[in-house]
Amino acid sequence: MSGHSTYVPQSAIGRWFESRLPILGLMHGSFVSYPTPRNLNYMWTFGAMLSFMLVAQIVTGIALAMHYTPHVDFAFASVEHIMRDVNWGWFMRYAHANGASMFFIAVYMHMFRGLYYGSYKAPREVLWILGVIIFLLMMATAFMGYVLPWGQMSFWGATVITNLFSAIPLVGEAITTWLWGGFSVDNPTLNRFFSLHYLLPFMLVGIVILHVWALHVAGQNNPAGVEVKNVQRDTVPFTPYATAKDGFALVVFLIFFAWFIFYVPNYLGHADNYIDANPLVTPAHIVPEWYFLPFYAILRAIPSKLGGVIAMFGSIAVLAFLPWLDTSKVKSASFRPVYKVFFWVFVLVAIGLGYLGAMPAEGGYVIAARILTAYYFGFFLLIMPLLGMFETPKAVPATIADAVLAKHGNVVMNPAE
Amino acid sequence: MKTFKSIFTAALIVGAAAMATAPANAAGEVENPSRQSWSFAGPFGKFDRAQLQRGFQVYREVCAACHTLNRVAFRNLSERGGPEFSDSQIKALAAEYRIKDFDDKGEPIEREGRAADRFPRQFVNADAAAAVHGVAPPDLSVIAKARGYSRGFPLFILDALPGMAYQEHGVDYLAALLMGYTNPDDLNWNRYFPGHAIKMAKPLSADQVAYTDGTPTTEAQYAKDVSAFLFWAAEPKMEERKRTGLNVMLFLLVFAGLMYFTKKKIWADVH
Repeated sequence: MSGHSTYVPQSAIGRWFESRLPILGLMHGSFVSYPTPRNLNYMWTFGAMLSFMLVAQIVTGIALAMHYTPHVDFAFASVEHIMRDVNWGWFMRYAHANGASMFFIAVYMHMFRGLYYGSYKAPREVLWILGVIIFLLMMATAFMGYVLPWGQMSFWGATVITNLFSAIPLVGEAITTWLWGGFSVDNPTLNRFFSLHYLLPFMLVGIVILHVWALHVAGQNNPAGVEVKNVQRDTVPFTPYATAKDGFALVVFLIFFAWFIFYVPNYLGHADNYIDANPLVTPAHIVPEWYFLPFYAILRAIPSKLGGVIAMFGSIAVLAFLPWLDTSKVKSASFRPVYKVFFWVFVLVAIGLGYLGAMPAEGGYVIAARILTAYYFGFFLLIMPLLGMFETPKAVPATIADAVLAKHGNVVMNPAE
Repeated sequence: MKTFKSIFTAALIVGAAAMATAPANAAGEVENPSRQSWSFAGPFGKFDRAQLQRGFQVYREVCAACHTLNRVAFRNLSERGGPEFSDSQIKALAAEYRIKDFDDKGEPIEREGRAADRFPRQFVNADAAAAVHGVAPPDLSVIAKARGYSRGFPLFILDALPGMAYQEHGVDYLAALLMGYTNPDDLNWNRYFPGHAIKMAKPLSADQVAYTDGTPTTEAQYAKDVSAFLFWAAEPKMEERKRTGLNVMLFLLVFAGLMYFTKKKIWADVH
């Protein structure tokens, strides 16, 4: 899409530098002249928010790491030290802890948008799979980060999740011991989680760069789901159009974020994590952070431990196969009346699984979790392949420009060509 | 419009499925604490200095017999946004405590407390405390955030919303617990404690602590005052946080407005 850069810097120094390392041209091609479909709606602004959140988490995280002590005897105390004695420490910690939630809110919006508008379909398969890898890395990073304050939920959450690996036949126990660095979650576990929690975000940055690269090669999908045919008519330059729109959306998102940091900072957390970790006292209900709850519900819905673990990891792995599971010729759900209904059922099922993940695994809750889990997998493995064959899509606009004109009232305004 | 229709259809399908499997709610073991009106609730909430000072008095004369406050330093009691005792009061208070330390020859000594010291531990570790008290009495530094309850679906969603935000579950629970010893025959029975059998026997009774500001010396008053104090101990930067939040919000709202009109102007020629 972007092709060879035709960018020529205005200053002599810029031209001198550009002929030796064309990094200015790269930036110009990626964030200024890059053509974006003119019909993008606000669901396309979450990518910018995610980039912002990644940087914000790294910045607050580096500041927190300067004051945090990764040791079972001092970790909890060092977090309280940050909250009480470090200048702006309360802000750094609440921004980082709530920032993780904001990151996941944005990524779930981003993913549901991709699911609705068929953004995983050709030619964006690699772009989508890189996104799935980013999601997995995010989950690993967030999980290890939640262990660091070394409260009760940190400890018992780490115990439950690391124990999942013991379900692997033959080598499971050995792998779990290796992960722990001992025979239970203890100081070596905390130390390596801290080390990895610091490493993974930088790996995330690397994959995000690949993700953006792949995006700029394939070009953005759009609500009409038709590819750009005429750059002049179908697209607008990234700057100022997308930058202004992303900027506005980001500030609105920041208002939402700031509300949590300053007014309800502990709403998304769990009271038990303000109790020092105690290996001898198990909390009444061990619940992960909210963004893991749907997957936790799937884990507990399956009666066997190994089956549950396979289902949980499978529920994420299945996303990587979407480009080939969806057989529809039409990308956007706007023109797929039946898929649209199944999609919104899927959204509600995902929310329902989240609710069930927070409830005790007993009685009706388990039955409900099983039904919703069946739909979760059925949506990807049955509905998507079959619907593409049987559904009759509505007429798709020929070009993005046509879609824009149709939406803004001038229905049949065929430009003279 | 079409999209809303799809969402509606989807909601009907899921709703029907949910009703078919309506999970039995396992609630009803312990009733939820009643909500108090706290001066520090809400986006503009501030601590009531006199209440924090009275609460500290209750902590010191009653709770401190068993419970530590390890993460709070004496100096915190004179800092802005807290009970705001005077520096000389804090110096005198700290001097009443004996702090374990070492002299310059490395010999263990006990010296007078200073404002920079934290409240000292009564026991070397939890086992030593448990040996005396039966169970180790929890440290109270973050207890107001370490306790809480859920109002359940859908009320818990409202707890996050502007205008309805409710963040005082923990402190409401503490106040309720301290007033929850309603069985005169059993001082270890508590209405709000899970399972009702609590190791801490009824700690408060009327006229136990002599207030000097004319505030009624009732059990309920003590319970509320000490709970407020413990909320401050758990969240000593709350006033700074909410004050900063107001500035941040005003800035962001203006910024969002400017960005909105900028975006609108830039896009005016496209659509």
